[in-house]
Amino acid sequence: MLQLTLNGSPLSLPEGSCLQDVVQQYMPKASVVIRNGFQTGENVPLHEGDSITAIEKGVMPPQDVLEHMMAARHTPQVHQRVKQACVGIAGLGGLGSNIAAMLARTGVGHLILVDFDTVEPSNLNRQNYFVSHLGMNKTDATAQLLHQINPFIQVETHTVRVDSSNAVTLFGGCDVVCEAFDNPNCKAELVSTLLSETDSVRIVAGSGMAGYGSSNDIVTRKRMSRLYVCGDGETAAANGVGLMAPRVSVCAGHQANMTLRLLLDIFEV
Amino acid sequence: MKVNGETVTAADGITVRALLDQLGYPAGRIAVEVNGAIVPRAEHDTFALHDADAVEIVCFVGGG
Repeated sequence: MLQLTLNGSPLSLPEGSCLQDVVQQYMPKASVVIRNGFQTGENVPLHEGDSITAIEKGVMPPQDVLEHMMAARHTPQVHQRVKQACVGIAGLGGLGSNIAAMLARTGVGHLILVDFDTVEPSNLNRQNYFVSHLGMNKTDATAQLLHQINPFIQVETHTVRVDSSNAVTLFGGCDVVCEAFDNPNCKAELVSTLLSETDSVRIVAGSGMAGYGSSNDIVTRKRMSRLYVCGDGETAAANGVGLMAPRVSVCAGHQANMTLRLLLDIFEV
Repeated sequence: MKVNGETVTAADGITVRALLDQLGYPAGRIAVEVNGAIVPRAEHDTFALHDADAVEIVCFVGGG
């Protein structure tokens, strides 16, 4: 017999069973079939330990099955690893609001969101908010969105300004902290404080993502033993150089992916 | 000493602050690591650098 899982529940099947035949037998109305993170319509032979997900479109599954289905396109083992992790996000602007959404989709189990500010109209050109969020604390607006994206993660919010006096209290228990401030002095202060006053927190920072220069100039660099910096390193927001969604999102994607790599114990960029 | 991987000549015992000034880095938006350990910002004025130290200076620009 083969031991595998169907929508997260153990299932024993005869040797030689094939994917689509099994789905047809157990979930005949399913139209999305995913095996080990890969969606396929092929009737391939199944192997010991396979993870099969079969989804019937338009039908809300029970909560425990929903969580399994949401992670079905992840590379196998990633969900279990990131679910145990704690990531801090310092600043919920163009970088932080987008990083938060990506890490919630990835299933990072515990997110600590910190920002002192409220959502205002000029944020909407690049930050992950809607008109309905105008006037809300960015922490509350992001927490609300994350609950819609992934109700199975813990989201902790602190509506305060981060400085050297509270950074360790807020972020000292995190595996990784994403630095996502706007102000370069605040970026440097957070990095210096967390690297000097904690022993293990790793930081993924952003520096240089204004304008509409080439996307390919935005890179991830390992700059210190526990500091990674994403961006082009030089294009500051300045008079005549705006901050816009595409390039800010590219940088946020770099930060979110480096964070995921660190959570999976991959320390190279 | 090495600064961001490049050889730099400076006076023995130069402070982090003086090195930053010598190399033209702006104050405030800098993080500095020496031989793999971060130098807290409060120590930039007093932390002395010596021959063969490996210094990493990260200079942040605004936007996020």
